[in-house]
Amino acid sequence: MSSKKSYGPSKKKYEEEYSKLSLQDIDFTTVSGAPVRKLADPADIEDLDYVEELGFPGQYPYTRGVYPTMYRGRFWTMRQFAGFGTASDTNERYHYLLDHGQTGLSVAFDMPTIMGYDSDHKRSEGEVGRCGVAIDSLRDMEILFDGIDLSGITTSMTINAPASILLAFYLSAGGKKGISFDRMGGTIQNDILKEYIAQKSWIFPPEPSLRLITDILAFCSDHVPRWNTISISGYHIREAGSTAVQELAFTLADGFAYVEAGIVAGLDVDRFAPRLSFFFNAHLDFFEEIAKYRAARRIWAKRMKEKYGAKDERSLLLRFHTQTAGCTLTAQQPENNIVRTAFQGLSAVLGGTQSLHTNSMDETLALPSEKAVKIALRTQQIIAHETGVINTADPLAGSYFVEALTRDMEEEAEKYFKKIDEFGGVVKAIEEGFFQKEIGKAAYEYQKAVEAKRKIIVGLNEFQMEGEKIDIPLLRIDHAVEESQCKALQKMRKERDNDKAARELDLLSKAARGTDNLMVNIIDCAKCYCTEGEIIETLKKVFGEYQEPLFY
Amino acid sequence: MPRKIRVLVAKPGLDGHDRGAKVVANALKDAGMEVIYTGLHQTPEMIAESAVQEDVDVVGLSILSGAHMTMFPRVMQLLREKGAEHIIVFGGGIVPVEDVKKLEDSGVSKIFGPGTDTRDIVKYINSVFSE
Amino acid sequence: MRSGYDISALLERFYAGQVAAAARLITILENGGDDAEKVLDGIFSRTDDAYRVGLTGPPGAGKSSLLYQITKRFRKKGRKIGIIAIDPTSPFSGGALLGDRIRMQSLSEDPDVFVRSLASRGSLGGISNCTDEVTDLLDAFGKDLILIETVGVGQSELEISEKAHTVVVVLVPESGDGIQAMKAGLMEIGDIFVMNKSDHKDAEMAAAEIANSLRLKDIPEGNWNPRVILTSARENTGIDELVDVIEEHRSYLEENGLIAAKRREILFSRVRNALMDRIEKRLGRSEMVREIMKNRMDDVYNGILTPYALVHELEKTVKIK
Repeated sequence: MSSKKSYGPSKKKYEEEYSKLSLQDIDFTTVSGAPVRKLADPADIEDLDYVEELGFPGQYPYTRGVYPTMYRGRFWTMRQFAGFGTASDTNERYHYLLDHGQTGLSVAFDMPTIMGYDSDHKRSEGEVGRCGVAIDSLRDMEILFDGIDLSGITTSMTINAPASILLAFYLSAGGKKGISFDRMGGTIQNDILKEYIAQKSWIFPPEPSLRLITDILAFCSDHVPRWNTISISGYHIREAGSTAVQELAFTLADGFAYVEAGIVAGLDVDRFAPRLSFFFNAHLDFFEEIAKYRAARRIWAKRMKEKYGAKDERSLLLRFHTQTAGCTLTAQQPENNIVRTAFQGLSAVLGGTQSLHTNSMDETLALPSEKAVKIALRTQQIIAHETGVINTADPLAGSYFVEALTRDMEEEAEKYFKKIDEFGGVVKAIEEGFFQKEIGKAAYEYQKAVEAKRKIIVGLNEFQMEGEKIDIPLLRIDHAVEESQCKALQKMRKERDNDKAARELDLLSKAARGTDNLMVNIIDCAKCYCTEGEIIETLKKVFGEYQEPLFY
Repeated sequence: MPRKIRVLVAKPGLDGHDRGAKVVANALKDAGMEVIYTGLHQTPEMIAESAVQEDVDVVGLSILSGAHMTMFPRVMQLLREKGAEHIIVFGGGIVPVEDVKKLEDSGVSKIFGPGTDTRDIVKYINSVFSE
Repeated sequence: MRSGYDISALLERFYAGQVAAAARLITILENGGDDAEKVLDGIFSRTDDAYRVGLTGPPGAGKSSLLYQITKRFRKKGRKIGIIAIDPTSPFSGGALLGDRIRMQSLSEDPDVFVRSLASRGSLGGISNCTDEVTDLLDAFGKDLILIETVGVGQSELEISEKAHTVVVVLVPESGDGIQAMKAGLMEIGDIFVMNKSDHKDAEMAAAEIANSLRLKDIPEGNWNPRVILTSARENTGIDELVDVIEEHRSYLEENGLIAAKRREILFSRVRNALMDRIEKRLGRSEMVREIMKNRMDDVYNGILTPYALVHELEKTVKIK
């Protein structure tokens, strides 16, 4: 430890010497364009109160992690997002991943499923099974998890507007195998606010959407206690072009909005908050990302305790899944993406993630091939087993730089919270286009920075290869997938008890007009093989449809 | 005054990834073009009809959901049916190399892949209309 | 770039109802010049039927959503509709981002609705110089009702009152639009005032404020009393009332012979504007003016001559024609 006396003169001498030297002519900002201090030193965190601001791992405000043991207790869940073609195509991929040591499943649905259209709907043409698996009814869900024990594995489903329906299919699929709801665990993304903000896969307007969400919160806390009911997602906000601070602030603001919606719906905050989880992006700016995760935990814990009066410790824990940033991958020299992904995955682990998806190198070209997926998974295994970073919790704590950056992120996020409050909350700010405009601006600024070469992307705007031939195998989705899926769907519709299906849809429609918890009706519909499209159409008639606001 | 180049930027299909479409729309505007942005979730019918009503010179389609082999040919066919085959159609998104070839053979003028510099798109459009 | 249009062939296709021909003719009108005049001469005899409604107001007031809702109502009444949506041209790049179609997606599948986005181009802001011409063209194309949407920034929206039979001013409760409206003179041109976003907490108060200031205007007996309507394009409320009041205003104009007067007004300003345009162009091209300017400006710089004295001199020297 240096003496306090010599700090002043030493710092002065350093500044003098620094100012005399020449610097490289490059842009010293983060990937988000935020300026970075050239050096952090004790003065930056002089007043840091260890217990108040950081706490030990597993202790409020959880800056250092949500569990005392962290990765000594267990690794993060290695969860590769996968889905393509028909349910049986994807089922085969799941068995492959589980055989190679993956520890959780993560379902990618195709666009028609995400938007609530059956595979044989006109708007589904050309999209069936393309960027995810096509699921039309409980029948497909049964095939998807054939041979997989739903009580022994957790499943994450990236589904939002129709989340209640896909959850109903999943629970019914398990139920038919004799597994009770309380023995099934997993996650639905179910984060509609970020759809309006960034991902744009909406169906209903905000109000009925939030009702569906609070119905899920209530239903799961009673019947599916191991289910993570909302995965509040910054991932897509970031992919749409936001900065790191925007990702942090907008995501947490969404989280608080759900908490408020739950409270307004009459639920006790500790009844549902422990099952809320988060989903962040792991972008390329290494320390900015780590600071983001640490700040997120601290902000969430503080607000949940101080503003929303949560008493259950589990309500204060910000647990999160991370996916490496798809938007940083390049189509040029795609093998380089393996390296990018490795650094991103490492930042997520140093930031204390609970679960991780590492992207495959070929994702800017097509859906990932088996080989690419395997390398991505191996990347996580190397981080876990070879780098040694798992041996100690939050190894960067106390770093002048990382602590100062964590504080900066928190402060900047608070500024955004204030702005959102001025709009009258998240939904109002969405309607005014606030988030959309902020993100759009950031995306365009970044694009211009890349084109002006203020930001260098290896292989893209520097170190390019003339006449490069892409030499990695790509996964192709055959058009026959669409035909066979439609045929199977039509066959299923003929074989089911159609009177019963119609009756259940009618009951759902009535319930939607009232205030009963819709999960019960949706599960009833699922069980008699009503399709997703039929359920959505029924609800659209009551709830209406959301329209894109005019902001760009 | 030289005639303005009018461009329709559209997002066909169901995916909501409009980052690229909006960045391109802004870049074309900044390059002095008049850009009509249609918004998300457009059917080929909506796109072709809008292109005709707006009498655009160029249509840019952005698609990342993998439905390009359905959407592009359909838009091209509808433009032909409406007597608007003079409209230049270009695209952007995740399109595998062999599909790019097929699309360009079928009359799509150019596909810009991920990582494209927006100035290249501007340059391309200007070059088409410079003769 | 394409040029050398075969105007008469285009007009023939236009009269046969071909959308592509109408769209191309609009482009020709936008580009101006002799071709545009040929088109206008060709369609003039068929331009007198369509009713013209202007919508104006500050950016973000929800004009295009409202336009969409109104259009759907009028379509139910069987009207054929033309929509002209005008957005500003960037003064920096000369480009424009025209996004009003986002709001009108499902309309592009209705053959009886024609939507055209225009950039304001040389004009100062809210409105395009060729709005009148494009309106005429849609009129001649058989549209019964033409809706013109302009972004209200500054004074330019006042021009809309020269182009439309009914002017709807769209305002929102937030950010003191009411006061802005009074300042910008929107109060003078509105036949109908819409307070959009009626679910906003201040909506009723803002509407009452507008109504109050209208009362102060002391409108003579028997004249149209501007109306204030609360709507929410998002919640789809108040739209029926708005449509009814537009119809009411139309009946008022018809019963009082004001449609014909409006037509005269529109044509008068057309002739005047075209003439002014020519004079301006001619002056701009005039060698003599340029010569005098070059020789005599030094005197103005040096304080020998006042600017107005030079103008007088020019006036005496230059003949129009």
